Amino acid sequence: MNGTLFQQILDPANRADPYPLYAEMRRTPVSRQDDGSYVVSTHAELYRLLHDPRISSEDLPDPPLFRWTGHPLSDLFVRPVRSRITARHRPFIFRDPPDHDLLRRQVMREFAPARVRAMHRKAEQLTHALLDGLRDRTDLDLVDDFSYPLPVTVICELLGVPREDEPRFQGWATQLATALEPDRRTDRENAGRTEEAFTAITDYLQGLIKEKRRAPQDDLLSGLAAEHDGERMNDHDLVATAVLLLVAGHETTVNLITNGVLTLLRFPEHLERLRREPEVAPRLIEELLRYEPPVHYRTRLARADIAIGGTTIPEGAPVVLLLASGSRDPLRFADPDRFVPDRANNQHFGFGGSLHYCVGAPLARIEAEVALVALAQRLQAPRLLADPPPYRPGASLRGPRHLLLAIDAVTPSASAELAA
Amino acid sequence: MTAPTEAPRQIVIVGASLAGLSAAHALRDVGYEGRIVLIGDENEPPYDRPPLSKQVLRGLYSAETSLPQRADLNATFRLGVGALGLDTLAHRIYLSDGTQIVYDRLLIATGTRARPWPNGAEAASSNVYTLRGHADAEHLARGLAGKPRRVLIIGGGFIGCEIASCCRDLGLDVTLAVRGALPLVHALGSVTAAFMRDVIRDRGVDLRLETEVARFQPDADSRVVAAILRNGQRIEADCVVAALGALRNTEWLAGAGLAVSPKGVRVDTHCRVLTATRAVVPDVFAAGDIAHWPSAIYGNRLLAVEHWGNAVAQAETAARNMVAGEAGLIPYDHLPDFWSQQFGLNIKLVGLPTGANQFAVVQGSLRDRRFIGVYGAQGRTVAAVSVDSARWLPAYRAAVAEATPFPPIVGALDQADIRPQPLARAVS
Amino acid sequence: MKVVVDLNRCQAYAQCIYAAPDHFALHGAEALVYDTAPDEAARAEIERAVQACPVRAITATSDVPALMPHKVGDR
Repeated sequence: MNGTLFQQILDPANRADPYPLYAEMRRTPVSRQDDGSYVVSTHAELYRLLHDPRISSEDLPDPPLFRWTGHPLSDLFVRPVRSRITARHRPFIFRDPPDHDLLRRQVMREFAPARVRAMHRKAEQLTHALLDGLRDRTDLDLVDDFSYPLPVTVICELLGVPREDEPRFQGWATQLATALEPDRRTDRENAGRTEEAFTAITDYLQGLIKEKRRAPQDDLLSGLAAEHDGERMNDHDLVATAVLLLVAGHETTVNLITNGVLTLLRFPEHLERLRREPEVAPRLIEELLRYEPPVHYRTRLARADIAIGGTTIPEGAPVVLLLASGSRDPLRFADPDRFVPDRANNQHFGFGGSLHYCVGAPLARIEAEVALVALAQRLQAPRLLADPPPYRPGASLRGPRHLLLAIDAVTPSASAELAA
Repeated sequence: MTAPTEAPRQIVIVGASLAGLSAAHALRDVGYEGRIVLIGDENEPPYDRPPLSKQVLRGLYSAETSLPQRADLNATFRLGVGALGLDTLAHRIYLSDGTQIVYDRLLIATGTRARPWPNGAEAASSNVYTLRGHADAEHLARGLAGKPRRVLIIGGGFIGCEIASCCRDLGLDVTLAVRGALPLVHALGSVTAAFMRDVIRDRGVDLRLETEVARFQPDADSRVVAAILRNGQRIEADCVVAALGALRNTEWLAGAGLAVSPKGVRVDTHCRVLTATRAVVPDVFAAGDIAHWPSAIYGNRLLAVEHWGNAVAQAETAARNMVAGEAGLIPYDHLPDFWSQQFGLNIKLVGLPTGANQFAVVQGSLRDRRFIGVYGAQGRTVAAVSVDSARWLPAYRAAVAEATPFPPIVGALDQADIRPQPLARAVS
Repeated sequence: MKVVVDLNRCQAYAQCIYAAPDHFALHGAEALVYDTAPDEAARAEIERAVQACPVRAITATSDVPALMPHKVGDR
C-alpha cells in the first residue's frame, strides 16, 4: 500500500487534509514508491538529505525538443533553440553548485535587507488600502479580495514590474508553478501549456529588462540587470531569475496568508491573542510555517547511491522531500498536530533548508506579519463559511482557492481614526 | 563514604562560565528544584568568550558579552570568590574568602586560563597582553585602539590568528610569530593549515614561521619596544600579545585525590570524576575545558578540548547525571566541533583530525577559498573541515559520527576528482 | 538584553540580519557577528531574529523580563 501513498497525497481529494497520509508515510522514513521514486517524510532524514551534496536540484525533465504545430520555421528552428536555452538556463531553484551559488549570490545582493525592509511600509499601506476597500462588505473571499492581491502588488513593487501589467502574467505564473508538481510536469499537454506560458512571460520580461537597462530604476530587476564589479548576470539567467521571483511572489505568500487566516479561525483563541498582543506574530507565523506551510514538498534527484533511513536511494532515483511531513514529525515536535505558537525550538521546514532555503523568506515574514495582525485587528467577528475550503490543485504549493468569510464589519484603520 | 543515591538538595558548581551556567540551566530543564550555587572567581556574571577575540577587539557592538540567563534560573551566584580546596569525604569546598561550602553534588567547571609569557617581569610590561577573560579583552581592545605602530602576536593557534585578523580589520600592522612550520596545524592538519598560511599572508599579516621569541627589549619605562628572536633578529613592536594556549585551572584540586593532569580532571563516560586509581568519586562531576573524558566515538580515546559546544553539551549531560540515580546515568557521546572566524572566513570543524594521515578536498576548492575537506585515519573518516561551506557540514558530521570509509560522500555536487593527500604529522 | 548565538549551529541564512540589521551582520560570506547586549528598545527586532533563525541558533533574554509577555529565548 505504501508504494502508492504518494499518489494518494497528490490526489486532489486529499488536499484538504493530507496530514494523516503524511503520518502513514512517516512509518517508512524513506519510502520507495512503485514508480521508483523515494519519498522522505521524517525530520531527521529530511534535515540530513537537505544538507547532502549527493542530492541534485537539477531534476526538471528536458523540454520536448520537437512538437508539430504546422509552422516549419518555428517547429524546426525557433522552438528547439528556445528549448535548449531554457534547459540550460533554469532558474536557480533548479540548479546545483557552483552555478547555483553564483546566481543566488547575485540575487541576494539585490534582495538586500534594506530593500526588503522597505517593503514593510509598502505592505502596511497596501494591507490597509485593501481592507478599506472592504468596508461595506459583510462577506468576502479572502483569497481574491486580499491574500492574492497583497503579495502580488508587493512583488511587482519590489521587482519594478508595472502593476497594470499584472493581469497579463497571472495565468502564466499559475501555469509555470505546475513545474513543482511531478505528476503535472510530466504530463505532455501540461508541458505544452507551460512552454507557451514560459515563452510569453519571457518575451514580456525581456522587454522589461531592456527598459530597465535603458533607464534603471531603484528596483530589484534594475539591480539584477546592472553590472556589478565588472560582472553581469547572463541575459538568459536574468530572465529565468525574474520569472522565478515573479512566480514565487504570486504562488506562495498567498497560501501563507490564507492558511494563516484559516488556522486562526479554526483556533479562535489564537486569533484573539494576536489581536490583543500583536508582538506574538513572529512566533505565531513560525508555527504556521510548521503547521500549515505554503510549500509541502520539493523534488530532487539522487546523484549517487545514498544509504539513509534503513534503505539505499539508488543513483538516478527521483526523491521527494516531503517537508510538511517533517514539520509534523512527532520524533522532533511534541504534540505535532497541535497549533502551538509558543513552541520552543521550532525548527520547521516551512522555507525548506540548506542551499535552497527560500530567498523570499524575509519578505514573506514581513507580509504575513503585517497582513495577519491587520486582519486580526480589523475584521470584526470573522466566520468561515466553508470548512474545509476548496483548494487549488497543487499538492506542493498547497492552499485554498477561495476562503469565504462572513464578517460583521471592517474596523476603520487606526490612521483613518486619527485623521477623523 | 556517603552513598551517592540520595536526591541532591544543594548542587554546587565551581566555575561560573559557559559550562557552569549551562549546567545550571540544564538542572532546571530537567526539573531539579533544589539549591544551585555557582562559584566564580571573576567579579562578573557568566559571559561568552568567543566574541572576545573577534568582534569585541574590533570594537563592534558592545564589549558586554554576558550570557542570557532564564528568568526562573533561581541560582545563587558567589562571584569574585575562588575555590581553594576540596574535601571529597566531607563534601566540602574551601573558598578564597575564608568560608566553606558543602555540596550534595559538585560540578567542577573551572576551565582554563591563558598560559602567561614565561618571563614574569616581561609579562608584567604594560604593553604585553594575553587574552582569555573579559577584562583581558577590554584591556587589549584599549591597547589596539591606541593605534600601536606594530602588533606582535606570539602563537599560531586560533586565538593568535583571530587577534591578527582583528588587527588587520583595524588597519594595524601586525606580525604573527609561529613556532612551527605552519599556523593552526595542530587543529587543522597540514593542508588546511597551509591554506590558512596563504590567507593570512594575503591579508597583509607579516607571518613568521619557525620563529621563536627569546625576549623583549624594554624602554626606560619598561614598555616593550621590540622582541628579540632566538636567531638574533629583532622585530619592533609596541604591542605584544602572548597567545600561547591555555592552562587548566586544577591547582585547587591538589590533594583531593582526584585523577588530575595537565589535560584536566579525568572523568568517566558519565562525567563522573575519577580518583587516581580510576574509582568513581562520589557526587563529583566535571564538564567543559577542565574535563578529560573518554570519547565513545573515538574508541574511548581520552579527549581534552577547549570548545564552546563541548562546554554546553557536557555540562548538560553532567547536570542530568547529577540528579539521575545510578540507573538513570546517560553516557556522554558528543562529537567535538568548533568554529573560528578570521580574515573574513568562517572555519568550522567537526570531529578531531588528531592522528589523521589523509586529507582530501571533497567540495569546492582551496583556490576559491570555499571548500569542504575531510580527514582520514586507517581508512575511516574522522573529521571534516568547512571553509565558508557550512550548509554541507551536517552531511559530513554524519559521516564522521558513523566513521564512514574515507573519503566519504563520493559523487557530490561541486566535487572535482577526489585526490587524497598524505597529511603531515602535526608539528609540536 | 543579552544575546548569544550558537555558531556551531549557524549556517549563515542571514534571516537575523533582515530582522535586526543593526544587531547582526556577516563578516565575509558566512561569519556572523552580532550585538551581545542590545538595548531593550530593540526587543521586537531581536524577537523576530530569534524566531526567524532556521536553525534556532539564537538565544536572547530581556533584562526587564516583566516587560516581556513571552519568553524571548529559544531554549
